[in-house]
Amino acid sequence: MISFNRYYNQFNILSLTLVVVSLILLSFKGLNFGIDFKGGTLIELRSNDSKISVTSLRDNLSQMNLGDISVKNFGNETDFLIKFENSKNKNVIQEIKSSFEDSFGNSFDFRRVENVGPKVSAELLKSGIIAISVALILMLIYIWIRFEWQFSLGAILALFHDVLVTLGLFSLFSLEINLSIIAAVLTIVGYSMNDTVVIFDRVRENLRKYSDIKIYELTNISINETLSRTLITSITTLLALISIFFFGGEVLKGFSLAMIFGVIFGTYSSIYIANTVLVRLKVSQKTLLKEDSIT
Amino acid sequence: MLYFSKLKIVFIIILSLFFTLIASSNLLNFNNKFLDNKINLGLDLQGGSYLLLEIDNTPVIEQRLQNFTITVRNHFKKKGIRIKNLKLENQKIIFSVDNRYKQKILDDFNDKESEINLYYPRFKSHQFEILEEKNFFVVNYSKQGIVELKTSSQDQALEIVRRRIDEIGTNEPNILKRGNDRILVELPGLDDPMRIKSLLGKTANLTFRFVTNDNEDSFGAEKLQFEDGSDEAIVSKRIIMSGDNLLDAQPRMDNQTNETIVSFTLDRVGAKRFGKATATGIGKQLAIVLDGKIISAPVIRDTIASGSGQISGGFTFQSATDLALLLRSGALPAPLNIIEERTVGPDLGKDSIRAGIIALIIGFILVILFILFKYKLFGLITNITLVINLIILLGILTLFEATLTLPGIAGIILTVGMAVDANVLIFERIKEELKNEKNNLLAFDSGYTKSRTAIIDANITTLLAAIILFFMGSGPIKGFSLTLGIGIFTTLFSVYFIARLLTVLYVSKNKNKEKLI
Repeated sequence: MISFNRYYNQFNILSLTLVVVSLILLSFKGLNFGIDFKGGTLIELRSNDSKISVTSLRDNLSQMNLGDISVKNFGNETDFLIKFENSKNKNVIQEIKSSFEDSFGNSFDFRRVENVGPKVSAELLKSGIIAISVALILMLIYIWIRFEWQFSLGAILALFHDVLVTLGLFSLFSLEINLSIIAAVLTIVGYSMNDTVVIFDRVRENLRKYSDIKIYELTNISINETLSRTLITSITTLLALISIFFFGGEVLKGFSLAMIFGVIFGTYSSIYIANTVLVRLKVSQKTLLKEDSIT
Repeated sequence: MLYFSKLKIVFIIILSLFFTLIASSNLLNFNNKFLDNKINLGLDLQGGSYLLLEIDNTPVIEQRLQNFTITVRNHFKKKGIRIKNLKLENQKIIFSVDNRYKQKILDDFNDKESEINLYYPRFKSHQFEILEEKNFFVVNYSKQGIVELKTSSQDQALEIVRRRIDEIGTNEPNILKRGNDRILVELPGLDDPMRIKSLLGKTANLTFRFVTNDNEDSFGAEKLQFEDGSDEAIVSKRIIMSGDNLLDAQPRMDNQTNETIVSFTLDRVGAKRFGKATATGIGKQLAIVLDGKIISAPVIRDTIASGSGQISGGFTFQSATDLALLLRSGALPAPLNIIEERTVGPDLGKDSIRAGIIALIIGFILVILFILFKYKLFGLITNITLVINLIILLGILTLFEATLTLPGIAGIILTVGMAVDANVLIFERIKEELKNEKNNLLAFDSGYTKSRTAIIDANITTLLAAIILFFMGSGPIKGFSLTLGIGIFTTLFSVYFIARLLTVLYVSKNKNKEKLI
């Protein structure tokens, strides 16, 4: 049996530090919002002329007075991703097409064009935030119905930890936040909860079974009993996600990366956050009995 | 938990075969109408254009209020009440009356049978609301009035947008209402929406009006620019006839001038008005105005009573074709703005499908090998279950002709990763039970029973996340939540029916074997 409980304090301090650092990053560095949430235009190009480079594209575009332009390679040398704010929301695609044709000849395939107006991006951001909040609240309510409040506090703290630290990592590495990241975050919420619930289910069962074991010991027993399941499920999920990350194409890279972070944090937090909350709140058999006698 | 009746077994097999058959119709072509359902590919996979249009209702509101001022004046004039200082300001009508009429005005506006202020009994609200301020009244649209106005202009706009897109003839466009002032247009297979965007960007409000050179036109006049920006002219506000009177419009080649023109045919009312105007206005210039710009202003040389005519204005064949198309399909009630556009080329779509399928296959193989390594024979059972699970998932998506997006494929791959969870929970529990329980059957039975709450709880949490995504997410994200959500049900089915059935068959034959799992 592995003594997870010996490191409860150390890992709580680590998590607290991670959360604080994430919050600092989020409030000072902020998130790198994509055009979904910031508005603007995105163009994915493929050229069939290897001489065309990021620099030559940027030089060409900078003459067009489009404001802040970002040009970078997307996946390989001949694919490019161009983003700009397009604050006037005018139709510049045609202009860009003809300007490129003048300078480089007919060597481009416009693979993807996205244009999100400021009103829509504000709405998408709002509905993304609402979706995540609603998810957290629903999870809280569900856990509250199924378990006692101490458990639901533990689960929610674990969830907040996972979401915050994942977003913190996105802020640290300036990874782009777009619609699919919101989907990833929500799936992380579901996954992390899933993991926590399985261990909690066992804690509750053991609480009923052993009246003489302290919660400090009891959580450790429960973590160990469910450990192989926790690991196997995390590994299979990670295998699926790694496969998406490496083979699923550029569009799904951000999504699968967020999910990979989320699964790792989710697994960690169900052991080291959710359970420590039970320990700190001194959950005992009485906690359950009180609840049982009420219902 | 370990007993299966014969009937149940038959049912499980039939259901699995049924979904296999349905799912296989994506690959094979059955000439059968029950089996021709196919999974739709989202725009990100098949390529195409997604446009979100917003109707700018401000001009409509202005126009309606303008008309309403006249209605108000005339209505009260008939009742012998003189409306004073009537004006339109910031989308509000402001006027005053003599003190003795004040109550009458209020009563008339707030009467449920009011002639000028429509009452919606369903919403317990009038079309307009009236406020009394010091010495004057302020009238503007009520909330419900605005809603009615927006809905009706959305209905009209939707119809016109549909007509314009149908005229261009793209395949299977999807045109839907969003909220009460937006229209969503999905155009599969279209990789350059430039022409559609320019066609939808025009209101196509066509009017024929006289050019007046003096400012004393009794209807008022306005200075308008020519389309090419070369010149301007003062045009009467009196509309002789509008685009509504057109029956047909076609691009043509004028044989005499070798110029591209748009010829049009008028309806009966239009022909009559056009005939009268051309008869009385010989020598005058008739301006043809489209969306506030003069296309051309030819001099009337002869009475035109035939009910047909032509517009010239230095068109190219393309611009004449587009103008004719716009005129045929009618004017939009209000201008449309494109507030969101997403276009994916067919090449990228194909690449995405290929990448998605490769990721699915590799993820699947990795998971299968890992589980096989971990659980041996029971791993095989889990893997068979996983395959059937995937087939049923595809079968359900096919049955409902769901739309598969790239994130949707990610949802399927994720389902593969997470679907083994339930089986793992059960098998791990059985292993634990076997430590204290020597009877294989009993251990398996309690393994299934005791892991049930954890499995249900764990799946409900994921389901909650999927449901929220489905209702709050947009476009591709919906596809992800759909596959994730359906995946939960197929997982539970395959774990509790198929995997359990296979397990039961194996265990009952090897009751007395030690170290079964």
